[in-house]
Amino acid sequence: MTFDSNAFLIIFTGALIAISCGFLGVFMMLRKMSMTGDAISHAVLPGIVIGFFVSGSQRSLEVIMGAGLLGILATLMIEGLRKKAKVQLDASIGITFTLLFAIGIILINLFAYKVDLDQECVLYGEIAYLPIDLWITKSGLTMGPRITWLAGLNFLFVSGFIYLLFKELILTSFDESFSSVIGINAKGINLALMSMVSYTTVSSFESVGAILVVALLVVPPATAFLWTKSLIPLLKLTSVLGILIAILGYYLAYWLDSSIAGMMVTVAGVFFFVSALIKGKRPSWLQGTYKAAKPFGI
Amino acid sequence: MEDFVYFFTFQDPSITWVVLGITLLGIGSAYVGTFSFLDKKALLGDAISHAVLPGICLGFILAGEKNPVYIVTGAFLSGALATFLSSWLKKNTKLSEDTIIATILSVFFGIGIVMLTALQKSGNPEIAGLNSFIFGNAIGISETDLMIYGGLSLTIIIVLTLFLKEFRLMVFDPGYGKAIGFPMEAIRFLFNVLMILAVVIGIQAIGVVLMAALLITPGAAARFWTDRLNPLLILAASFSIISGILGTYISFVIPQMPTGPWVVVFLSLIALLSFMFSPKSGIIFRYFSRKKYLRKTHKDHLMKALYKAREENKEGLTIEEIYELYPYQKVQIDQSIKDLLQEGFITKNQTLVNLTSQGTSDAMRIVRLHRLWELYLNESMNIAPDHVHESAEQMEHLLTPELEAMLEKRLNFPTLDPHQETIPRENHDL
Repeated sequence: MTFDSNAFLIIFTGALIAISCGFLGVFMMLRKMSMTGDAISHAVLPGIVIGFFVSGSQRSLEVIMGAGLLGILATLMIEGLRKKAKVQLDASIGITFTLLFAIGIILINLFAYKVDLDQECVLYGEIAYLPIDLWITKSGLTMGPRITWLAGLNFLFVSGFIYLLFKELILTSFDESFSSVIGINAKGINLALMSMVSYTTVSSFESVGAILVVALLVVPPATAFLWTKSLIPLLKLTSVLGILIAILGYYLAYWLDSSIAGMMVTVAGVFFFVSALIKGKRPSWLQGTYKAAKPFGI
Repeated sequence: MEDFVYFFTFQDPSITWVVLGITLLGIGSAYVGTFSFLDKKALLGDAISHAVLPGICLGFILAGEKNPVYIVTGAFLSGALATFLSSWLKKNTKLSEDTIIATILSVFFGIGIVMLTALQKSGNPEIAGLNSFIFGNAIGISETDLMIYGGLSLTIIIVLTLFLKEFRLMVFDPGYGKAIGFPMEAIRFLFNVLMILAVVIGIQAIGVVLMAALLITPGAAARFWTDRLNPLLILAASFSIISGILGTYISFVIPQMPTGPWVVVFLSLIALLSFMFSPKSGIIFRYFSRKKYLRKTHKDHLMKALYKAREENKEGLTIEEIYELYPYQKVQIDQSIKDLLQEGFITKNQTLVNLTSQGTSDAMRIVRLHRLWELYLNESMNIAPDHVHESAEQMEHLLTPELEAMLEKRLNFPTLDPHQETIPRENHDL
């Protein structure tokens, strides 16, 4: 097979996004907040639309800021509903993200004739158009695909964030009370993590779509968690999975002529279910005839 | 306004059909959703509603057109697969429940997107109708669709009503249900079937992503108004109907608007209003009752301090002395003094604060409760005398006259508390 630079760029970008999402996802999973990540990725939609409407372009700072703000708002709303209104956690997640997402869809339909923002594009993304969408500087220098730069920047931010706050993230994930006692602002760390998640969602929504970001946040860490229990191998395995998913997803999508992002998620799902089959408890008929001695057995 | 009259007088038979459909659907999903909300499994509905997408696409591929029977069957099967997988994963892996749900949801949705994109690229002209499953469009439902969806909703409602007792057991106390001989596994299975059905038929009107709201929000909102199951179900259903009709109205008036998001916005509005203004557990009510309680505790503490001063044969306390007793509470103390003066419990002479006779008897009651509780903890709970003060400090505001009488009886009308201080009953105890 000859070296296809477009294919390489798409796979490279996909892998960058998958790894950044996976890193954040590991911590979300350890905090039992995977569904909050799902909620955030839905809830950034109105922020994206408003930012888009204000600036008139998909690639502006306003979009990122709008989405970031909405992500934080969603986190605060979930917390608020749970603590102030005493709604149980699953319901407060459900109410928050459906409301914000509904508002986002309504805004898209309201502004549909003014802005060129396709709801399908926001939801599913299209990484295949990446090689055409180039970043050209004012002096006319072509710097390569814009989305790859965005994904790279995002990757740098996420790994920097995790590198700098590694100790704090671990402590707040595993023992929140202890971390508060030794003076770490657990709430602040939590909000910072959530803002990173919303920022990642925004910077990847053009390529993989707001909903499929969830899959990249949740599935690779969950798969890795089936194989290992310690944190560093968990992070390593997650990033390996991210790269594999990007490569296989691209070629399968190319072969079936379908959505690359969707195929990446499908591949991730296959990895997950195979791991679950291998590492899950065996059904009793596979375990042989050995049975533990029953207490007071007859 | 014309639109409003036209819509709500139901002159157009198709509007009648749509409203009837969305009403049945709203009742069905609100019923099922309320149960799953009480079961603390609200997000499973979200997972199922995302998970039906591959089934819808498969049904479309097999039928070659938007045939409701194929689509409902396909959606049902993939929803069932998702439910089965999530319970299998929960049993057989160490993953937490939210991770499992998020995984199932996103993987199934991803597969659905792959199939949808492949279908779109195949160039079948019927495909346009498939997109309405993602965001929902109640207005676009044909009459045959409505017959099927409405009929299924009716089935759900009837089954839930018939087996109300069984489902109640499943939600509140499955262990007890099993002990008295109900087949709890079969009941749970039936409930899962109903839930998947509710999701499948709701998706046409609301869309895949927002279906969760139709399941979760009505129950959560209604929960703020009542503690009983039957009123809860009725309230949830009516919230759902109201927002369903309003949402349909909006998408009738503004044709490019999808129905689903508006239904969700109205539902959430009802929910947020319930969270704020519910008379029993609303945020505003609880804020004020907490304030009232805090004010009462501050008053009680002040009276106690004044009573103790009397015990030490002092003629009341100066305001400065009170400030020193409770540091950093100047504002609250000033407020308490004002309140108590108004109620006639204390007198203020220049800066000297003292209890009136009415205040003395009330202060005596608080001190008595405090010391009785200390004694009770010490004698009946075997807690050391130096550990009982904190708890008594809280209980003195809460003990009712009935409890007081029980304590007195149980402790046989004691005279001294664990710290050898008098438990005051009559004025000469001072």
